[in-house]
Amino acid sequence: MQTASIFSFHGGIHPAENKAQSLQLPLGRPSLPSELILPLGQHIGQSSRPLVKVGDSVLKGDAIAINNGFLSSFLHAPTSGTVSAIEERLIAHPSGLSDLCIILTPDGKDTWTTLEPLNNWQDISKTDVLAYLSEMGIIGMGGAGFPTQVKLQGAHKNPLTHFIINAAECEPYITADDMLIREKTLELVLGIEILQHLVEAENVVIGIEDNKPTAIAALKTVLTQRNSNIQVAVVPTKYPSGGEKQLIQLLTGKEVPSGQYPADIGILCQNVGTCVAVHDAIKLGRPLISRFTTLTGDALNASQNVEVLLGTPISHLLDYADANPNALHRLIMGGPMMGYTIDSPLVPIVKTSNCILAASKKELPTPAPEQACIRCGMCEQACPASLLPQQLLWFSKSQEFEKAEHHNLFDCIECGACSYVCPSSIPLVQYYRHTKSSIREAREANVKSDLAKQRFEARKARQDAEAAEKEAKRLARQKAAPSKTTDAKKATPAKAAPAVAEPASDDSKKLKVDIAIGKSKLKKLQKQLLEAQEKEHVEDINSLQLQVSDQEKTVASLEAQLANVAQAAPAAEATPAPANDELKKAKIDVALIGVKLKKLQKQLDESPDDQELKDKVAGFEADLKAAQAILATLGASAPVASAPKAAANDDLKKLKIDAAIAKAAVKKVEKALKKAEEINAPEIDAIRQQLQDAQQRADELEKALANPEAATQTAETTTAKAESVADSANADAAKKRKIDLAIAKAGIKKAEKNIQLLKDQGKDESEINASEWPKKLIEAQEKLATLESEQPTPATAKTETKAVPAEAQAAADMDLATQIKKEKIAVALAKAQINKLNKRLENSPEDTNSIRQEIDAAEKRLQSAEALLEKLIHSQTNMQENR
Amino acid sequence: MLTVLLAIGMLVLLSLVFGAILGYANVRFHVEGDPIVDQIDALLPQTQCGQCGHPGCRPYAEAIANGEAINHCPPGGQSTIQALADLLDVEAVPLDGDHGTETAKRVAVIREDECIGCTKCIQACPVDAILGAAKQMHTVIADECTGCDLCVEPCPVDCIDMVEVGVTAKTWSWDKPQGIAATSLNIIATDRQAEVVH
Ligand code: SF4
Ligand code: SF4
Ligand code: SF4
Ligand code: SF4
Repeated sequence: MQTASIFSFHGGIHPAENKAQSLQLPLGRPSLPSELILPLGQHIGQSSRPLVKVGDSVLKGDAIAINNGFLSSFLHAPTSGTVSAIEERLIAHPSGLSDLCIILTPDGKDTWTTLEPLNNWQDISKTDVLAYLSEMGIIGMGGAGFPTQVKLQGAHKNPLTHFIINAAECEPYITADDMLIREKTLELVLGIEILQHLVEAENVVIGIEDNKPTAIAALKTVLTQRNSNIQVAVVPTKYPSGGEKQLIQLLTGKEVPSGQYPADIGILCQNVGTCVAVHDAIKLGRPLISRFTTLTGDALNASQNVEVLLGTPISHLLDYADANPNALHRLIMGGPMMGYTIDSPLVPIVKTSNCILAASKKELPTPAPEQACIRCGMCEQACPASLLPQQLLWFSKSQEFEKAEHHNLFDCIECGACSYVCPSSIPLVQYYRHTKSSIREAREANVKSDLAKQRFEARKARQDAEAAEKEAKRLARQKAAPSKTTDAKKATPAKAAPAVAEPASDDSKKLKVDIAIGKSKLKKLQKQLLEAQEKEHVEDINSLQLQVSDQEKTVASLEAQLANVAQAAPAAEATPAPANDELKKAKIDVALIGVKLKKLQKQLDESPDDQELKDKVAGFEADLKAAQAILATLGASAPVASAPKAAANDDLKKLKIDAAIAKAAVKKVEKALKKAEEINAPEIDAIRQQLQDAQQRADELEKALANPEAATQTAETTTAKAESVADSANADAAKKRKIDLAIAKAGIKKAEKNIQLLKDQGKDESEINASEWPKKLIEAQEKLATLESEQPTPATAKTETKAVPAEAQAAADMDLATQIKKEKIAVALAKAQINKLNKRLENSPEDTNSIRQEIDAAEKRLQSAEALLEKLIHSQTNMQENR
Repeated sequence: MLTVLLAIGMLVLLSLVFGAILGYANVRFHVEGDPIVDQIDALLPQTQCGQCGHPGCRPYAEAIANGEAINHCPPGGQSTIQALADLLDVEAVPLDGDHGTETAKRVAVIREDECIGCTKCIQACPVDAILGAAKQMHTVIADECTGCDLCVEPCPVDCIDMVEVGVTAKTWSWDKPQGIAATSLNIIATDRQAEVVH
């Protein structure tokens, strides 16, 4: 054992020690309280996560909470018993707030769980030892409760010159560490040796104030006996020599730079309590479940130190120490300098509670009122951190946080020395604490707002990128349109020939994609054409018509190929599904609009003069009607039978398509003719004849197209004619019908998609109705119906019948599922409505009756919806069982 | 006479030389200053709620730079107004009540069993703090939620609540001492201290 050299630190004070009171009685061991309150946040960092449930019985030393992240800790049952609750309880905190606690009711047996000491700690890796310490719930027992394993890990950053054991215990009244050293000298030394093994520092020094002669003597004896190289440094009594940075300065002469940790300059500090806990954990296998605490103060008749189980309520300890409730003026957790007042004696002892000070009025009077700072400079002289307290006070008062930080506010250890000496009784520390927490809050808010900004900007960037991509695609398509057409034209003959010869060998997927692209181009061109026609731009019309017909040809030929390649594909689609979807959508629309309407009406009730609201309500009512109308039409039957308002424009379009098909037919026949000529086929004449027919038909259609007014009447006949011509032509009739079917279906899909798109864009029903899509949808459905009602060719029929059985079942399933979903939504909506109505009922007692009626109606609706839902679910389960 | 002219000539020459040096330095060592909009934007709370009448905080920052009043942001409250006033060197004014009142910090919570999975709230959330997919249950990532309220209105079944984030022991902060005026009627504090010193 060697003696270490002692340095000194700036400032410091010598308050009355008041340590003798609690050292007169020997160490006490209070009885088991009726319940133990174990807060989950006894340490710095994240609160622990409970491992037990209410009602679980635990043994003494069982883990009851597990660490929750890096800076967190385990928690163990201090005695055996049952978990009676996990709930919010008042905790020892300056805020007087509650926090989540595990409440343990002791069974009185105090049965230990099986203890497994870590006997081979010298042989296993240090990381494993650290992990073990963490599992034993060991945290720094001196100050803030920093998880010990984290601190030890941090000590590996730099080679350690000093490992300091803090036994200074400088704060008045407190003698817990003194008593601990006296009682557990050997355990302490063994604990230090274990820690030294883990950190391997050059020097190990115990720093202890000279007001603890008994403890010093005990230590020295043990150290000499063990021939240990641990040094004991006896420092003069001065507050706050027990501050980590102050003790380091005292023992090494080194100052921890502002904003850094002792580990950064190769120093590690541990409290004596922690060392003993480490010993108990490794040598005895005992987790941290009890601690030494000083009970002192004038209000106690039996001031003493106690070894107390964590979670013991302070009231229990006050009883044990024979408190005089009349004398008790202020209850303080910690010492008179750094402690804080607690409002309730029900708060429990935690891992960091080193002292309970039950002070009488005389002992700790209410602080004198604050006076103005007289700039005496005494605070500066007392400050152990060499700060300028009066400057800091000034900045704190005027909320100049930046300047306060600049003057190293965060180096203040909140020791209270400045407040102690201030002749104006200014509560300086409280100002600093407030300022510190304000700054911390502002920092956190900043971090949060930065995050929000990032996320907001990321979202915006994403949305912009999506929009730009769409735009780029659109432009590309527009640009590619003419060149693509020629490409396609070039490509078609080559592709078409083998398609006729060997139909199955083509890549149908590619074709489909081509068709989709071609169709959308076509749509666009047609739209442009329409616009041009409306505005009577003659040149545009011509060139556009040209493009349209080209495009139509491309699409038609591509589709012809596709039809060849995948014969089953187009017919396989289940037609009722889209209609059903439509129906469902319409119903949801009705419901949603209804809810919106209700919301608005409610608002209107609250502020009846709001014209804007009235307008909105009116608008929504119109929407509702429109949506209901749609619902009615859709509900009548899946493919709607009548569309009286099909405008001339749409007929024109139909006509155009027919014309295009006819033209395509002409092209095809021409092609065939050419080929026939090439190989000198005998059918040349027949083909010539067909060509003429086709041309005639195309001309006819063209004429009709040029004369839109007449189109309405001619359309039907031309179509018929065109079809007969096409039939007579070499083109396969079944193929054509399939194409028509596919076109019609694609039309339906497209219209639906567009309607959906409009909805997604937040357009409401009236706008959607105003657009052309609903009409188109109906029209397309009509066409589909006509096409299907026509005698299907054998090929189509075959594929269709083949597809039916499997599909019918799937469709039925789908139906049921969608219906159930729908009903569920209806139920949710009805519930929401009832909620809303109830709220309204509370708000406006005047029209109780009408609201009641509404509620009744809504409830009825809810009931019927629920009943239906039940039925549906029932039938679904039935169906599944039957299968 | 000649001396005078010489002196003038010399001074003119010198001023030209220094002017050239300064001009060069101005270009060569030009420091890109933080544009004022960025500085204002940095002070705004980034709740992106639009209560200020702008579609997000940055547009409001731009508007402030163009002379709009600094007291239109309720989530920022008085502290933001103060910070803006300091930055722009204008008078700090109370929050404009037309745009809303300063409320305690809140986050959105979706009552998950009532959610019908319509994705409307996702589209409304300016900071992507809502997780979900069509016809699936949605939930709010509380840590990312700025409490802007924007998701509440679009929900067709009204299953989103704004819940106040209370103070916990971990987020609690010390009160500011009351100061001189509030506590003291005795001018000479030591008078009273003398009675109770033991
Ligand atoms: S409380 Fe802070 S400012 Fe006051 S003396 Fe202690 S370290 Fe210095
Ligand atoms: S000790 Fe008190 S009165 Fe003296 S300078 Fe410091 S704050 Fe001011
Ligand atoms: S009111 Fe404030 S938080 Fe909301 S968008 Fe405007 S600046 Fe941002
Ligand atoms: S979840 Fe709701 S309240 Fe929270 S940020 Fe998103 S939109 Fe705003």
